[in-house]
Amino acid sequence: MKKTAVRIYMGLIFLFLYAPIIVLIVFSFNKTKSRGQWAGFTLDWYAELFKDRLITEALYYTVIIAILATLISTIVGTISAIGIHYMKGFSKNLLLNVNNIPVLNPDIVTGVALMTLFLSAGLRLGFVTMLIAHVLFCIPYVILAVLPKLRQLNKHTAEAAMDLGATPSYALRKVILPEIRPGIISGALMAFTMSIDDFVISFFTTGNEVSNLSILIYSMAKRGVKPTINALSTLMFVTVVILLLIINKRSEKGEELLL
Amino acid sequence: MKRILVSVFTVVVLLTMALTMSGCGNKVVLNVFNWGEYMDKSLLDQFEEQTGITINYKTYDTNETMLAKLEAGGSSYDVVFPSDYAVSEMIRKDMLLPLDFENIPNFKYVDDRFKNLEYDPENKYSVPYFWGTIGILYNEDMVDDPVDNWDILWNPKYAGRILMKKDVRDAMGASLKRLGYSMNSTNDEELRQAQEALIEQRKLVAGYYGDEIKDLIANGDAAMGLTYSGDFMELYWDEDADFSHISFGVPREGTNLWFDTVVIPKGCKYKKEAEMFINFLLDPDVAYQNAMTIGYPSPNTVALDRMRQEEPEAFELEAFWPDDEIIERSDVYVDLGEYKSIYNQLWTEVLVD
Amino acid sequence: MKRMKILAYPYSVWMAIFIVVPILLVLLYSLTEGDIRNLAELRFSTQSYERVLEPIYLKVIVNSFILATLSTLFCLLLGYPVAMIVARSNPKVRGMLLMFLIVPMWMNFLLRTYAWMSILSPNGFLNRLMDLLGLPRLEIMPGKTAVLLGMIYNFLPFMILPIYTVLSKIDKQFLEAANDLGANNMRTFFKIILPLSIPGVVSGITMVFLPAVSTFVISGLLGGGKTPLIGDLIEHQFMWEGNWHFGSSLSIILMVMILISMAIMSRIDRNGQQEKNGQSKV
Repeated sequence: MKKTAVRIYMGLIFLFLYAPIIVLIVFSFNKTKSRGQWAGFTLDWYAELFKDRLITEALYYTVIIAILATLISTIVGTISAIGIHYMKGFSKNLLLNVNNIPVLNPDIVTGVALMTLFLSAGLRLGFVTMLIAHVLFCIPYVILAVLPKLRQLNKHTAEAAMDLGATPSYALRKVILPEIRPGIISGALMAFTMSIDDFVISFFTTGNEVSNLSILIYSMAKRGVKPTINALSTLMFVTVVILLLIINKRSEKGEELLL
Repeated sequence: MKRILVSVFTVVVLLTMALTMSGCGNKVVLNVFNWGEYMDKSLLDQFEEQTGITINYKTYDTNETMLAKLEAGGSSYDVVFPSDYAVSEMIRKDMLLPLDFENIPNFKYVDDRFKNLEYDPENKYSVPYFWGTIGILYNEDMVDDPVDNWDILWNPKYAGRILMKKDVRDAMGASLKRLGYSMNSTNDEELRQAQEALIEQRKLVAGYYGDEIKDLIANGDAAMGLTYSGDFMELYWDEDADFSHISFGVPREGTNLWFDTVVIPKGCKYKKEAEMFINFLLDPDVAYQNAMTIGYPSPNTVALDRMRQEEPEAFELEAFWPDDEIIERSDVYVDLGEYKSIYNQLWTEVLVD
Repeated sequence: MKRMKILAYPYSVWMAIFIVVPILLVLLYSLTEGDIRNLAELRFSTQSYERVLEPIYLKVIVNSFILATLSTLFCLLLGYPVAMIVARSNPKVRGMLLMFLIVPMWMNFLLRTYAWMSILSPNGFLNRLMDLLGLPRLEIMPGKTAVLLGMIYNFLPFMILPIYTVLSKIDKQFLEAANDLGANNMRTFFKIILPLSIPGVVSGITMVFLPAVSTFVISGLLGGGKTPLIGDLIEHQFMWEGNWHFGSSLSIILMVMILISMAIMSRIDRNGQQEKNGQSKV
């Protein structure tokens, strides 16, 4: 009885999360460019996908930036979260509040302000500035994800380890990190999510050489987003799902990898 | 796990380096900044083959984001495609380089009607790229009155089935024109009346949308909406779907004539090459091919004649080829200067009820 | 353990450069008038702040707070059970479940929102389904309900993940002990699980509420632009009107209001912490 209720609830949640994804995939097979009608099945958009030089280039940068931003922000964010956790009082509050600012600021404000900063520092807008911007708005999510795990940490374990002769870095690696791992992983997942989907901040912090998928997609809005983009999203989605299934199959200890 | 991370990292770094390295060299790279999906991209390859110049093609979503980016500097673009009012704003802000028409001999093909327009009175800075009108896109099954006047957007019969364009110039413009004023009015009393009409219209409006109006009308979600002629042309040229019940009416009172143009902004590194590219776009064959892909009327007379032979029916459509009378009564947007913020203020008050 | 805090120093420097300096810039814009591209010509002015006080803008701010609060609440109500179910599921499927909760968010935001439009619009998939079932059509879009739905959709995973991470680690012994002592499920939940999960809930609320207040595209596309939110207004000021001064003062006001509500939140959080400490001593 309870089990059925749980199944139904999860089913509804997944339906809610995937309903638009299904619609998006369906439209990638639609003959017409307009979302206003179903005009029959076609694979043309998939064929066109590989001919479009803008799409492949934008995809490349999107993925590279997302991976780099996730790696950097996860490492920096985790380390900083540990530091913040052991701080007290005013300085801790201050850091936490400042850390929240990129999360709460409208993208346009962050984007425009960062652009002004980069330009007044004489930087050339491009890959590096865009990466800095992505790291900037990803770190807060990692910190917010890791902090609750640190609070759960038994205060005395790390101290006991150090009393027994462990160096702080050893205690950090062997005692603290394994404990907060689920937090780190969900932080990394969120960072990746934020990075791969950012439009406004990317637009303002990149230069004339580097573009990403979001910029490309938003710029299509005036003339209608082409279903090639749906096709691309479908392929990305399928790739991710297949990768996940392989990882799950191959590592019997799948849970250890992901949690 | 660690090994996976390390190898991913190495691959990423190597790829990044490879790509940034390949950007170096002494080749001429022309940075072209255009609206998304607003050019037949095979033409880029053609130009590259012909001239050996590499084109770095990037896209933007609105005149405003493009302007913000150009004004900030930090990265240079050689060729940009602003609309009319944006051209005059760029001229006012001294952001454009005058074109050297010696290098653009194909300018002779441009229809004289589209030279020296209000946004660039001496035609020093811009070359028209495409043009069109704004009007009312509607579903014939849901509208039984003639759609040839602005008043229909205020008709209570269609309450809840009208979509308005979420654009200060287009909405205020439609309201001004309906009252018989200029779309560039800077008369406070006229503007007040136009705003009042828009506030009154609000209760009939289902929603204020931008580029989505086309799809909403096509899907039967609303009866009519204020939008660009180009949006109708998208549906009209669609060979796979049946949109024969969707039409486009241009109000007889006159409307807005919009122009997207080609300009060279200050900071351009390769002006001569940029002018070569503009000249290339004005080549009758190229202009024809581009216009056939985009589906808007070309300002290029030779290309247009060929389009007329190829697609005579399109020239029967008001959306594609409005009557001369309507064109005469229509306005081209100009930069409003300090009135820009007054328009915006009035419009914000309409949206926030 | 105090030495550990030096780990936060590099990030503090980073924040000073990339967060504080830009915010000071925004503050400067908000307190001045004149050409933004020419710092020497900026003049001090409180004009922008006076304008924020006009009723029309206050109304927009209030609307944004209401919608953000509602969406945070719904995310919490919907997300908490999900986090609990995942935390208690078989460890072998746990990772998969989590990944599948977040993967939809990797699809482009604009495409997802367009897809929601296709589903919810007057003649959309949902209403065609209602027709098939012989049920009356729903008038959700354009409207506030659709905006709320879109916001919940986009932020839900950010509520689930942090709550899940704390729940995954609550000692089973606690729960067993509680059961042994005769506590029923409800009691165990409110007395043990919920208090212990407060840090995760706080993180979740932060990650949903903060971006929800300043969200902008969703309200335009799903709400038909009839309920502009503060994010829309700020975007409008920066982009369309080119009035960075007013846009900046709107964002500063927004920031101050949020920091105040966060201070209130952290008080709740501290109480939760105390409760937790109290529990673990038992």
